Amino acid sequence: MLVVGIDVGSTSAKAVLFDGRIKVYAIQPTGWSPREAGAEVLAEILDKAGLSRREVANIVGTGYGRVALNFIDQAVTEITCQARGINYLTGKAGTIIDIGGQDTKVITVNEQGKVVDFVMNDKCAAGTGRFLEVMATAMGMDVDELGSLPENVNPVNISSMCTVFAESEVISLLAGGVAREEIVAGLHRAVARRVKSMLKNTAPATVVFTGGGAKNEGLRRALAAELGVEVMVPAEPQITGALGAAIIAWEGNGGAVAHN
Amino acid sequence: MSDTYREMWRELNMDLEKHDVFLGTLPVAFGEVFLRQENRPAGMAYFDNALAEAHGGRIQEILAGKKAGRMVAGTFCVFAPEELIFAVDGISIGLCGGAQFTVPTGEQVLPRNLCPLIKSAMGFKLDRICPYFQAVDFLIGETTCDGKKKTWEILNEYVPTYVMELPQKKGTADLTLWEGEIHRLKEEIEHRSGREITADRLASGIKMANARRDALARLYRARWADPVPISGKDALLISQLAFFDDPERFTAQVNSLCDELEDRIARGEGVARKGAPRILVTGTPMALPYWKLHHLVETSGAVIVGEETCTGTRYFAGRVAEDGRTVEEQVKDLARRLTAINCACFTPNKERVEDILRLVRDARADGVIYFSLQFCQPFGVEGRLVERALQEAGVPVLRLESDYSEEDVAQLKTRIEAFLEMIAS
Ligand code: SF4
Ligand code: SF4
Repeated sequence: MLVVGIDVGSTSAKAVLFDGRIKVYAIQPTGWSPREAGAEVLAEILDKAGLSRREVANIVGTGYGRVALNFIDQAVTEITCQARGINYLTGKAGTIIDIGGQDTKVITVNEQGKVVDFVMNDKCAAGTGRFLEVMATAMGMDVDELGSLPENVNPVNISSMCTVFAESEVISLLAGGVAREEIVAGLHRAVARRVKSMLKNTAPATVVFTGGGAKNEGLRRALAAELGVEVMVPAEPQITGALGAAIIAWEGNGGAVAHN
Repeated sequence: MSDTYREMWRELNMDLEKHDVFLGTLPVAFGEVFLRQENRPAGMAYFDNALAEAHGGRIQEILAGKKAGRMVAGTFCVFAPEELIFAVDGISIGLCGGAQFTVPTGEQVLPRNLCPLIKSAMGFKLDRICPYFQAVDFLIGETTCDGKKKTWEILNEYVPTYVMELPQKKGTADLTLWEGEIHRLKEEIEHRSGREITADRLASGIKMANARRDALARLYRARWADPVPISGKDALLISQLAFFDDPERFTAQVNSLCDELEDRIARGEGVARKGAPRILVTGTPMALPYWKLHHLVETSGAVIVGEETCTGTRYFAGRVAEDGRTVEEQVKDLARRLTAINCACFTPNKERVEDILRLVRDARADGVIYFSLQFCQPFGVEGRLVERALQEAGVPVLRLESDYSEEDVAQLKTRIEAFLEMIAS
C-alpha cells in the first residue's frame, strides 16, 4: 500500500510518499496558490517514484493550505500531524517546537503520539519565521544566512518583540555600529524567550524542533540555552508535518506503523 | 430598502451613505453564517426577520413609542437594572458593538489597545450609522472595566451618559453601595420619564424581565440535549436580539421556539448528529453582529451547547424575587443580582469557575473554549485561573484571543480543529 501526506504551509509545500517507511519526499515553495503548490509537490513525488495518482490509496492534507486542496481524502491540522510525525521518529512523549513562516507552535505529545496540549501564537508575528525574515531583510541578509553566523558572540539585547518596533531597533543598532552577528544572536535569543513563555512554566524533558525555523542552527542553540535542555532537530525538520499526515493516511487505511 | 426607512434614518441624523455600505455587508454575512445551516427550527424565522428589521421595523416601533412619550434608554451591561426602565414603560436597548466596520472610527478618539467591543460601540456613535444610538434619550453606563469606565466620559460629549458605580467586590458594603446606585438611577429615570416608579409598576417591570430570563434559561436547557435541537449560532443570535427586541414579544417567541425544540428533543431530532463534539464557550460578550467564533466551530464539525458570557448565561442569571411589597424591598432584591452574576470585573470571582464546571456537566460539553476579545484585561487575566481549574477537573480547554477582523480566521480554524482532533483522540 502507498499513501501520501501533503503539508502546505505559508512558505513551503511538502509531500511524503509512505509505504510503511518514508519512500520519497519533496519540498517546494508555496508561491501564490496553495492548491497549485500542493498539486505540484504531489506530482513531484509521484514522478520521483515513477507512480501514478491511482496507485496512491489515501492522501491526507495538512498545513494552513489544507482547506484549499481539492484532491485529498482527508484534512487534518498540522498540530495533530506534527505530533504523529515526531512520535513516529522518536517513539517518545515530549514537546515539539515548530517555527514556521507565519506561526509558532508548542505541542505537547504523549507516548502514543496524541496531542495533550498545544499553544500557538495569535495574530502577532512575534516569535515566528516572519519575524526573523523581516529582521534579516532589515540587515540586508537572507533569512537562510542567519543560522550560519559565528557562535561565540555576545547577544545584544533586543528590547521589543513587536515586529514593527524590533525592526527599527535593529536598524538603529546597525547604525550604532553593533556587529551583525551580535544582533542576530540577540534576535535568536528574543525568539527563544518568546517560545519559552509559550511553555507556560512547564519544563519539557524532550524537545524536538521542527519547521523551517529548525534549519537555523543559531536559533536551535538559543532555544537550548533558554530552555536549559537539549533541543533535537530531525534530519529533515520541514517534512515532519507531511510525514505525520502520511502516517494518519496509512493508519486510516488499516496500516500499522512500527516506530522508525 | 423602503423610502420610509430612508426618511426615518435621515430624521435620525444618520450618515446615510456610510449606513448603506454597512448594511450592504450584512445580508451576505448572514446568508453565509445562518441560512446555510441544515434543519433549522422553523421558529428561527421570527428571529431572522427581527434581525432583518433591526434597522427598519424595530426602529419605527421605537420612534412611535417615543412620539407617544416613552423614554428610550441605552444600556451596556447586564447589570443595568432594566426593570426600572420597564416600570415607567420605557424602552431599553443594549448597545454594545460587535462590528469591525466601526472600529477604525472608534480608534480616532480611543486608544488602539482597547477592546474592540468598546471601540466598535464608540464608532457606531461617531459614524452615525446605528439608529439605536441616534434614538436613545440617554445612556446608562457602569464602572465595570477601566476601558468602559473611561469611555463614558468621552461618549458623554455625544450623548448624555449616566454612570452607575458598580462595586468590584461582593461584600455587604458593596451590596449597600449598589442598592444606593439603583435608588439613584430610579430617581434619574423618574425625572427623565416624568413618571413615578411605584411598587406596582416596578413589580410588573420585574415580572417582565424575569419572564425573559426564564424563556432564555429554557432555551439554554434545550441545548443540553444530544442531539442538540438548535445550533449555537442560532442560540447566540437569539441572545443578541434580546438586547434590542420588545421584551414581551421576544419572550413569547422564545417560548414558542422552545415548544418546538422540546418536541424535537422528544423525537430525538437535532441539527447535528448525535455524539457530535460539544463545546461550551466562556469569556467576553459577543455583541451583534459578531458570529465569527461560533461559525468557525460549527463549520468544523462541532456544536456549541452553551455560552458562559454576557450574551449567554450571565444575561439571564439572577432572577429577581417577585414578592417585594415596597419599592425599598424591590430595590434590595434588584441589588442582589450583583451576587448572582459572575463577571471578571469582580475580584475575587471564584464562582465563575463553579458556573463553568456546572455548565460543562449540564450541557455535557466535551471541551471548553475560553474566548477573550483582544485587549480585554479582566477576562484575559482571569483566563489563567479558569484554565487551570478546568484542567484540574479534567476538562479540555482551548484559549483563544481575537478581535472582530477576519485576518486571523485561518489561524483560529487551525486551533479549533486541532482542539477538536485532540478531544476526539
Ligand atoms: S504590530 Fe507588533 S505587537 Fe502588534 S501585532 Fe504586529 S508584531 Fe504584534
Ligand atoms: S470585553 Fe473586556 S475590556 Fe471589553 S468592555 Fe467587556 S470587560 Fe471591558
